[in-house]
Amino acid sequence: MASTNGTKQPLLEVRGLRAAVTATGQEILKGVDLTVNVGEVHAVMGPNGSGKSTLVNVIAGRPDFAVTAGQVHYAGQDLLAMLPDRRAREGVFLAFQYPVELPGVRPWQFMKASVDALRKHRGLPEIGAREFDAMFKAAVKEMEMDADLMKRSVNEGFSGGEKKRNEMIQLALMEPRLALLDETDSGLDIDALKTVAAGVNKRRGPERSVLLVTHYQRLLGYITPDFVHVLVDGRIALSGGPELAHELEAKGYDWLKESAGTAR
Amino acid sequence: MVPRQALEANLVTAPKVISRTSTSDDLAREYKWGFVTEIESEIIPKGLNEEVVRIISRKKEEPEWLLEWRLKALRHFLSLNYEEPKWAKVSHPPIDFQDIHYYAAPVKQAGPKSLEEVDPQLLETFNKLGIPIQEQKRLAGVTEEGPSKVAVDAVFDSISVATTYQKTLEEKGIIFCSVSEAVKKAPDIVRKYLGSVVPYTDNFYAALNSAVFSDGSFVYIPKGVRCPIELMTYFRINSANTGQFERTLIIADEGAYVSYLEGCTAPIRKTSQLHAAVVELVTLDNAEIKYSTLQNWYPGDKQGNGGVYNFVTKRGKALGKNSKISWTQVETGSAITWKYPSVILQGDNSTGEFYSVALVNNYQQADTGTKMIHIGKNTKSTIVAKGISAGHGQSTYRGQVQIMPTADNATNFTQCDSLLIGDKCGAHTVPYIEVRNPTARMEHEASTSKVSDDQLFYCLQRGLDPEEAHYVIINGFCRGIFKELPFEFAMEASQLLRVSLEGTVG
Amino acid sequence: MTQTATRYDRYQADFVHFQKSLSNGDAWLNEMRQAGVESFSKLCFPTAIRGNEDWRFTNVGPIANRQFAYPFEQASVDAAQVKALSPWDDGWVNLVFVDGRFDQGLSTPAMNRKGPYIGNLAALSAAGQAAARQHLGRHVDAAKNGFAAVNTAFVRDGAFVALPDGAADLPPVHLVFVASRRPQPSVAYPRILVVAGRNSKATLLESYVTLADGAYFTDGVAEVILQEGAQMQHYRLMREAAEAFHIGTTQVRQEKDSTFTSISFARGAAIARNQLHVALDAPGASCFINGLYLTDGTQHIDNNINIDHLKPHTTSDLYFKGILADRSRAVFSGRVIVHKDAQKAYALQSDKNLLLSDGARINTKPSLEIYADDVQCKHGATAGAVAEEAIFYMQARGLDVETATMYLVQGFAREVIDQIKLDGFRQYLELYFIESLPKYQFRSKNQGP
Repeated sequence: MASTNGTKQPLLEVRGLRAAVTATGQEILKGVDLTVNVGEVHAVMGPNGSGKSTLVNVIAGRPDFAVTAGQVHYAGQDLLAMLPDRRAREGVFLAFQYPVELPGVRPWQFMKASVDALRKHRGLPEIGAREFDAMFKAAVKEMEMDADLMKRSVNEGFSGGEKKRNEMIQLALMEPRLALLDETDSGLDIDALKTVAAGVNKRRGPERSVLLVTHYQRLLGYITPDFVHVLVDGRIALSGGPELAHELEAKGYDWLKESAGTAR
Repeated sequence: MVPRQALEANLVTAPKVISRTSTSDDLAREYKWGFVTEIESEIIPKGLNEEVVRIISRKKEEPEWLLEWRLKALRHFLSLNYEEPKWAKVSHPPIDFQDIHYYAAPVKQAGPKSLEEVDPQLLETFNKLGIPIQEQKRLAGVTEEGPSKVAVDAVFDSISVATTYQKTLEEKGIIFCSVSEAVKKAPDIVRKYLGSVVPYTDNFYAALNSAVFSDGSFVYIPKGVRCPIELMTYFRINSANTGQFERTLIIADEGAYVSYLEGCTAPIRKTSQLHAAVVELVTLDNAEIKYSTLQNWYPGDKQGNGGVYNFVTKRGKALGKNSKISWTQVETGSAITWKYPSVILQGDNSTGEFYSVALVNNYQQADTGTKMIHIGKNTKSTIVAKGISAGHGQSTYRGQVQIMPTADNATNFTQCDSLLIGDKCGAHTVPYIEVRNPTARMEHEASTSKVSDDQLFYCLQRGLDPEEAHYVIINGFCRGIFKELPFEFAMEASQLLRVSLEGTVG
Repeated sequence: MTQTATRYDRYQADFVHFQKSLSNGDAWLNEMRQAGVESFSKLCFPTAIRGNEDWRFTNVGPIANRQFAYPFEQASVDAAQVKALSPWDDGWVNLVFVDGRFDQGLSTPAMNRKGPYIGNLAALSAAGQAAARQHLGRHVDAAKNGFAAVNTAFVRDGAFVALPDGAADLPPVHLVFVASRRPQPSVAYPRILVVAGRNSKATLLESYVTLADGAYFTDGVAEVILQEGAQMQHYRLMREAAEAFHIGTTQVRQEKDSTFTSISFARGAAIARNQLHVALDAPGASCFINGLYLTDGTQHIDNNINIDHLKPHTTSDLYFKGILADRSRAVFSGRVIVHKDAQKAYALQSDKNLLLSDGARINTKPSLEIYADDVQCKHGATAGAVAEEAIFYMQARGLDVETATMYLVQGFAREVIDQIKLDGFRQYLELYFIESLPKYQFRSKNQGP
């Protein structure tokens, strides 16, 4: 368990979370407990198939998974009772491992609609087109994205790296309180990795928490987490500080598999 | 009686529709299955009427209900005024249904009690065709990895003459016999399922078949049984002016599995012969039937004279949940082929597959395809059809995919590709797609082209002659389908393709 | 066929009255009308009986069983209304027909001085008549098509667009067919003849719009001839009332190296059929046929496209997209024939459909008949709902399901709309498309948490 400092305020509280694949009923998460406080960066690591991707997707409300037990509280609210779009408007952002292509949907219009949906939720008027355009261009520039690409359809014909940069552009524009990064480092070359990491680091602060999921320690070389958790077979097997990531890098995951279920 | 020794010397180890070890001499012959067996046959007079139906039924010692069913089918057929279906893209002179013998059978005393009693002439015929209706004996020196065993039901003209490996099958409770025998052995099953997938009102030829069907194979795989060997029926038309009307019925009970093969040949005759079969398959919960066909009926000569009219209704009903029916066919024979092996996907999560190669050469015509009718939830169908047209051949893929409102999350994927060789042939694609459920997903792709010049040149540059180059490319084009066939059948199919392509290039 | 007699009687009675109303009928036109009425008396309207492959999925019984009166009295409509309903640009050559009758007051004056003729078929000079006579009724086969036959029987006003060789830099030609509000269900017979001279370039837009809201019947016929090297951008807008009936028959004949690019948009109508036949009659002829259709309620839209590759080196590319809601039904029937010796043919065909509701139904039949060997032909079809993972992706960006679906549906349609090069029409359609988007229900495969 991540230790919580008494003065800190919890943003995300996961309690005894169990979830299964909706279509098949196969259980993936078998009782996850996790607390992320305001301003903290947590990394969830683990072997393939351990459920780490499932965890962030369940938090975001992906319908492919069904929660069978447990609770998720976000800023004191019952997150599981909310539809996925409501969660997004409350400030939960998921950077997808495999961003979806939206044929015929333009990135600019899509993001403006998103930003407006968030603003409306907060009782703010729609953002002016000119103001938004400036934000959009700045984000595209920051993520070193080819501006011409952003005139096409969302993610359509984008390379793996371009898709991930586009996720970061969206993160920049939507300014979430909780960013869930699902294997954001996979498929990135070193330059893209640095850009993405810089984007995340820039947005670290007392107002934002990050829960990032990664298989390798690589990303953690650029984004230093406050806490590292190891997920094995649907449960958190081990939690610790940033040094845990290095330990895993050296020792791999196998030694944990034997002791899975004896989470400390 | 041919001495056993002699038969065993000739023994072939796997069913062959053509010989796998074809010599160049074999290849030079246009259709090497075209011989006629001189055998005494009992033939009832030409013509179609109630009396003929009664004679057939009497000869088969059928129960009253079956005769009644036949008669109903006949009345329905006659009510259609001999108007053959017109929608298929095939043309032929009108068929005189009164000028056909509806029953022909090799003369025999009582039915053969064992293989030893089978007329040696017949054994010889099937041996010549490469069909082992002698059970395989384990000979010294044959290793365990030897060719797999196959149980064969041999149908000569209208009559099943021998079914092998009965004992092995009986131990598992599997029934594999002729339909006439099944009517006696398992009357309840036959009565329950006969016509349940293809009712006699289904279409013109199904009505005719229901009235006059003479024999065919019956398979019942009991609950939870995986049929340990492949089952095969080999159809042979021999008599002249004889229609062949078999009826095949295969039932896979809950959790059962069977792989069934079918091969067909006929002698060379100047006039066309009618073959109108019906095949019905039923799978109950978690059952699977894999049905493979190598169709090599006599295709007619190079001028388009003679050849078999192959008007067949094949349909499976995936009745049970999680059940699966898979059709694989390689069609190189027949003057005209009219057949659409179909699957009614009724059980939830059931699967239907159709893999087909249809080759037409000279004046052959093929209008073939499939129907996938999705009724159950999460049903899935795959259609892969490859058509090859050469000479003056006309090949049509006609497929229907129907997703009913009840079929939530149904998926279909269809791919049909046609290759053209020469500028006198035709290749046509007519898909009928109906989707009535918004959660369904249907994808259809098709292409038509000639063998690519680039591919040809590449092969020529590697030293292949044009004919070999075409064969290599076309074989590759069909590989995905051959892959679905049992290994030895796939080898045969590939060879059959080569023979059928003879003389198409240059 | 006993019902047919009474139906036919009605058209017959109107035809007799119609003939009397023609003050000075030209002999050749009268002959054509007579032939039309005779064909119609034999053919009537097609029935969806077994074996009638062309009408297998579209039952025109509701048209055949109703009475539609010929509009003898010309209605007058308000110019502002017409401009509001249809795409409109004063810079275009606009010809307006109300219930099939030419409305001079609403139309741009005919252009006929030493150049193209763009005007009413019924007001031709002797030379114009001679030109029209060469083609009118010569391309569409009224002897085989009951709808074209009855249109031909009542031929009078119509659009005649004759472009001389090399004509270019013409303003877009806009033909507007308005159904007016009439006291009884009426029929209109729009008629179009386009003869594009060698190497001419033109843009043509047909708009079918309505002021009526009940049942009426539009039975249009268009004949388009592209001579050598002619290039035509063709657009067709169908925006009929929900209870209306619309049958449009378009026959295109293409000569050497001509290009026909067509984009159609179909919305509304209880039963509508867009029947297009393109004959690629010389080497180098190419056609690009795109369509977008939108149905809801219990509407039925049928796109029936026939392409004949008659000569070598011809190209056809069909691309259709449909969006279906409620209990509506759409039919796509593409029949591409590559005739014997029409080598080097290139033919593409695609029909993609989005099903938005449980009761919606699509029948798609992209068929190919190939009698030559050196060809490259492909066709494809898809049907399904909006992609569920895309919905979730957009939800994760804060958009609700309805908005997300709307974006996806728009994105789906955009591919066709974006190809419209006529700005006034594209802008009109971008707005009208959104405005006319059917209500949808998104049904998830999975039960969300």
